[in-house]
Amino acid sequence: MSVTAFLNARLLDPATNLDTKGGLLIDGGVIAEIGPNVKAPAGAEIVDCGGACLAPGLIDMRVHAREPGEEYKETIATAAGAAVAGGVTTMVCLPNTMPAIDNPALVGFVLQRGREAGLAHVQTYAALTQNTDGHKLAEIGLLQEAGAIAFTDGTKAIDDPVLMRRALTYAKTFNALIVQHPEEPRMAKGGEAHAGELSARLGLSGIPGIAEAMMLERDMRLVEMTGGRYHAGHVSTGEGIEVIRRAKARGLRVTADTAPQYFALNENEIGEYRTFVRLSPPLRPESDRLAVVQGLADGTIDVIASDHAPHDQESKRLPFGQAEPGIIGLETLLPLSLALHHNGKLALLDVLRRLTIAPAELLGLPAGRLAKGAPADLVLFDLDKPWRVEEIKFRSTSKNSPFDNRPMQGHALRTIVAGRTVFTRKA
Amino acid sequence: MTASAPSRFPHRHILGIEGMSPVEIGTLLDLAEGYIDVSTRKEKLGTLHGRTVMNLFFEDSTRTRTSFELAALRLGADVINMAVANSSVKKGETLIDTALTLHAMHPDVLIIRHPNSGAPHLLAQKLGCSVINAGDGSHEHPTQALLDALTIRRRKGTIAGLTVAICGDVAHSRVARSNIHLLQTMGARVRVVGPPTLMPPAIDRFGVEVFHDMKKGLTGCDIVMMLRLQLERMDGAFVPSLREYSHFYGLDHEMLAAAKPDALVMHPGPLNRGIEISTEVADEIDRSLILQQVEYGVATRMACLEAVVATLAEAGK
Repeated sequence: MSVTAFLNARLLDPATNLDTKGGLLIDGGVIAEIGPNVKAPAGAEIVDCGGACLAPGLIDMRVHAREPGEEYKETIATAAGAAVAGGVTTMVCLPNTMPAIDNPALVGFVLQRGREAGLAHVQTYAALTQNTDGHKLAEIGLLQEAGAIAFTDGTKAIDDPVLMRRALTYAKTFNALIVQHPEEPRMAKGGEAHAGELSARLGLSGIPGIAEAMMLERDMRLVEMTGGRYHAGHVSTGEGIEVIRRAKARGLRVTADTAPQYFALNENEIGEYRTFVRLSPPLRPESDRLAVVQGLADGTIDVIASDHAPHDQESKRLPFGQAEPGIIGLETLLPLSLALHHNGKLALLDVLRRLTIAPAELLGLPAGRLAKGAPADLVLFDLDKPWRVEEIKFRSTSKNSPFDNRPMQGHALRTIVAGRTVFTRKA
Repeated sequence: MTASAPSRFPHRHILGIEGMSPVEIGTLLDLAEGYIDVSTRKEKLGTLHGRTVMNLFFEDSTRTRTSFELAALRLGADVINMAVANSSVKKGETLIDTALTLHAMHPDVLIIRHPNSGAPHLLAQKLGCSVINAGDGSHEHPTQALLDALTIRRRKGTIAGLTVAICGDVAHSRVARSNIHLLQTMGARVRVVGPPTLMPPAIDRFGVEVFHDMKKGLTGCDIVMMLRLQLERMDGAFVPSLREYSHFYGLDHEMLAAAKPDALVMHPGPLNRGIEISTEVADEIDRSLILQQVEYGVATRMACLEAVVATLAEAGK
């Protein structure tokens, strides 16, 4: 492969706190040179970045690709297409498919489909319990050998404390990360929306905010007892985030992510039963939204992930309580996160940190940094470009986004995976 | 159409009381008042002649469905009853598909009852006809609140200034929500009475007074409005037992004595006699309005049908 030179860029690398004008050379799928004084060698293909931002490609650690089993909603290939259009160069698939990713052959299947698509890098979780039914441990060691990057039951909480204790203990052998859906299931059972004034007025059965903190508090005890590695997925409440903050202060091996919907929206979006904002966990009151922003700002929340959850029309065109929870997010992850910077809540490098090096380190991936020898997984983006979301332009097979028609600021111009341009935005 | 266009009710749908203005509620009550005599004389009017009203009930409800049916017939409409509770929906058809199928038969008004909160709103967004909510999940039951208001107004002359206690399973009750909104909008003071497990979250944000001691809650009340208990919730899930519930929250003469001497008793029916209400209280001619409620239900629904159809007519539909 010949050398490609990206010149006249604003280089942004949260791993080294680099923010400078300069250039970057790619050779053989890896970063060969980087810095303010990079010049293109003779014969290199030259890309003039026109002053746009060049950063590590985003690593989205929560994606429901729906394959195998619900290919009418999304496939690994269509999700990967959406990913690169959103500047995501690595996506991590959740295992709650049909069948669940709970044996090594299925891990191989997902990774194979990802390679065939040839767009973003596709990684996968494996189920923590067989068939994600919460009773028996899945083969953590063999699944890891087959390529599973971490373990979770996806949208289901590991409910049984004995099982969670054993999982954390057993996983230590493999230094495997366990990702929890932090919600006490009995508190959330049958719940349609956050329990509060809004749910009471709308007559929707409520999921109290403390369902999250309760599960996290229990799990922190188990993490402390076992010394396991624990990650809380899509945290959404101030109380839950406070539990994680305290656990980190005590030195526990605990991390957390949230999704843009939890810092961009609050429960009022439900309005007259808009099923597009039925989520799990549910959208919370404004005070929780602010707490999520604060958690991101002070680093309690390590990672921003899209929680991309495609659903076809028939899963959403239903009474609120019957609609499937979740929204698509791969293509809005970057602009919604950049809004944290535009609104003065987080420094630009801190926003990017939560999308790149933080998930890379958490998951043990070599990507997520602009360093010599690192994989040339990059996103070139316009930080300021105003645009409006148009449902019809989503690459995802499903279009369930509550952000349709919303004004956004900033988007990916070009996405490079292993040195190869896999997405270029048409002007 | 010859409907006397009630332009003070400019809505095509009646999905809930929340958000209705006092003028709009007053307009519906005045219209209903005019229909009480029609209803008693069993007269048949032509106001809705040529209009089709469709009852779409996803939950069994003899009284509300019959009441709507009678109201529509008295106004001269054609009425279709779809007992969806045991038809194609059980074969996996979605609400929207069912509604679109029925819509192809060109109803003017769709009356819907559904176990999910917000189901009527979904239909109102997707269909071109008028939608009247006949009860959705734990959300609203607007025509019940209107008929309750009509009943109160006729007996007490006014709603403003009255103190009304709504007693029982407020958490799961659409009747309670609609009545809270309506009574407060019309100037009444509303109390809710029941065990804390049967109160919705953030009930204090509804502008009501909350009582867990029923005697205290009834003290000084003009109206005692009992809610129907869903018996399946009384088996240890929300309260320990029926007999414990009825001991502390059942309305009998002794309990009623805490309210004003001329306090009136209401219940949306059907009654669980001997549980939330004693037979003596339910049947006491002077104080129980339960049968009037049923009677005025027809007049109220006639008013609602006329009002939404008049809005349709104004829009040239």
